Amino acid sequence: MKSVVPPVRRSWLHQHRVAIAPWLFVAPALLFFSVYVIMPIFQSIAISFYEWNGLYNAEGESTATWVGTQNYVKLLDDDRFFVSLKNNLIWLVFYMLAVPVGLAIALFLNQTVTGIRVYKSLFFFPFVISQVVVGLIFGWFYNPDFGVIGSLWKAAYCEEVINIVGNVSTRCAKSPPDILADETWATYGIIVAGLWPQIAYCMILYLTGLNNVSSDQIEAARLDGARGWRMLRHVILPQLAPATFLAIVVTVIGALRSFDMIAIMTRGGPYGSTNVLAYYMYEAAISEYGDRYGYGSAIATVLFLIMLVYISYFLWRMYQDEKGR
Amino acid sequence: MFPTPIQHASKTRQRLYTVALPVVLFLWLLPLLAIFMTSIRPALDINSGNLFGWPSSFDLIDNYVAVFTQSEALRYFWNSVKVTVPTVIISVSLACLAGYGLAIYRFKLALPLFFLFIAGNFVPFQILMVPVRDLSVRTGLYDTVTGLVLFHAAFQTGFCTLFMRNFIRDLPRELIESARIEGVGELRIFWFLVLPLVRPAIAALSVLIFTFIWNDFFWATVLTQGESSKPITAGIRALNGQFVSQWHLVSAASLMAAVPPILIFFAMQKHFIAGLTLGATKG
Repeated sequence: MKSVVPPVRRSWLHQHRVAIAPWLFVAPALLFFSVYVIMPIFQSIAISFYEWNGLYNAEGESTATWVGTQNYVKLLDDDRFFVSLKNNLIWLVFYMLAVPVGLAIALFLNQTVTGIRVYKSLFFFPFVISQVVVGLIFGWFYNPDFGVIGSLWKAAYCEEVINIVGNVSTRCAKSPPDILADETWATYGIIVAGLWPQIAYCMILYLTGLNNVSSDQIEAARLDGARGWRMLRHVILPQLAPATFLAIVVTVIGALRSFDMIAIMTRGGPYGSTNVLAYYMYEAAISEYGDRYGYGSAIATVLFLIMLVYISYFLWRMYQDEKGR
Repeated sequence: MFPTPIQHASKTRQRLYTVALPVVLFLWLLPLLAIFMTSIRPALDINSGNLFGWPSSFDLIDNYVAVFTQSEALRYFWNSVKVTVPTVIISVSLACLAGYGLAIYRFKLALPLFFLFIAGNFVPFQILMVPVRDLSVRTGLYDTVTGLVLFHAAFQTGFCTLFMRNFIRDLPRELIESARIEGVGELRIFWFLVLPLVRPAIAALSVLIFTFIWNDFFWATVLTQGESSKPITAGIRALNGQFVSQWHLVSAASLMAAVPPILIFFAMQKHFIAGLTLGATKG
């Protein structure tokens, strides 16, 4: 049977609206994101094969000169690069402490007593504060002359002496340790400062996770006689797996991104001993000794490749999730 | 509930828990308390080495006023506001659109595009540094608030899109499909049907992005130079140099910088946490 109503003439645009619409919705974000994030990644990799101080000549052309893999060859001979790489590894390992400690605090706080909500938010405080402020606080904490460590040390090892003129001075059996000026301990000092907010982050992930643990399963396990440690290991932790995954992801990324605290607390020193790739790259690219964009970009590329391993893993996990839907 | 509710434990353990709670909190926040105590001390205490004892006088107002009158702190603060607020608006708006586009329509490139946003969101800043700085210098955006806003908005769009797309995908699909059958236009579906439903996600993203951007230090140092566009995080470092060994003033300035994110967090705690957990775990 033929339709009596004459077909309405619809424009091509209207007919294909469901095919075109998504692109219109995505376009602004995609454009913006490409210009500032996607393209720069490839540009950086390209610049890493050049020697360039970031300047342009009078004609507006870049003054970069092609050096091939020379920047990477130089990296292999650069002690500071390897110190940074080693420190990145130390960061990765010790930063991971945030995950179990965060879990411990979450378990400690997962109760229903009066005021617990306020306690939870106060525990979360360090994460909300800027890392610059955290760095300053800890820098002062570690200060041997007038920081907390210094004062505790003085209380334990020093005595006040009054000389003939009557001036008071302190004499110490051992001089207080200057953690941030010590090549061996400075990095650990910064990591401890960095752990403070990161633990808070992991704690909140676990608190949310604990909220969703099925109480039926806990009751069932209790009837079977599971308690304490065994309960945690066999019943609770498996259910917390999504929280653990997220905690590890954000901690790894946090460790590899560590920059703010190093910039505030030591600026990579003493003698480059607290450098990490993120900071060393910045130092190499924009420094008082002249800009070395090419060399900096080579360091950035190495850091990017390391991160790419985690990004790929994360994407793979997401892909598995998407397929399962 | 795990661990076993403390109400089921013995009286002694209950009492122990009630005591332990404030003690642990005190130790946990000790660095913050110490810096707060320092910020209300007079200069005299700092010089005489009275750093942990009772302050010889309470100079809370004097110190904070001094920070704002003797330095550029007020300007840094205002710069931070000028950078943060537009960034939040732009990135969340773009992400609403993109998240909708990627969640509702089944097209081949939906998943690859989505993954592109996620991957970009996780890259180290350093791989973007040189080109973004170069781009900003060439377009005259270096050392301007606009330059910072544009970069931040673009970068945060990745995270926001990830969040929005997942949120919108969990909305009931039938709602949108039936609207389509009724002949409602795509833009109208987005505006009148979906936007009201994603309000919680918008709130969560806004508070989170506000905190991220307010606390940003790296881009503040890479893309600004002078006083006119420097946000508070980079400003504090400058103040740290200016107020050498005037710890009471450095402390006051640092705490001032921490106030806006703390206020936002307290006001919108639920949304903040929902945002942090990527909405992966609800509750």
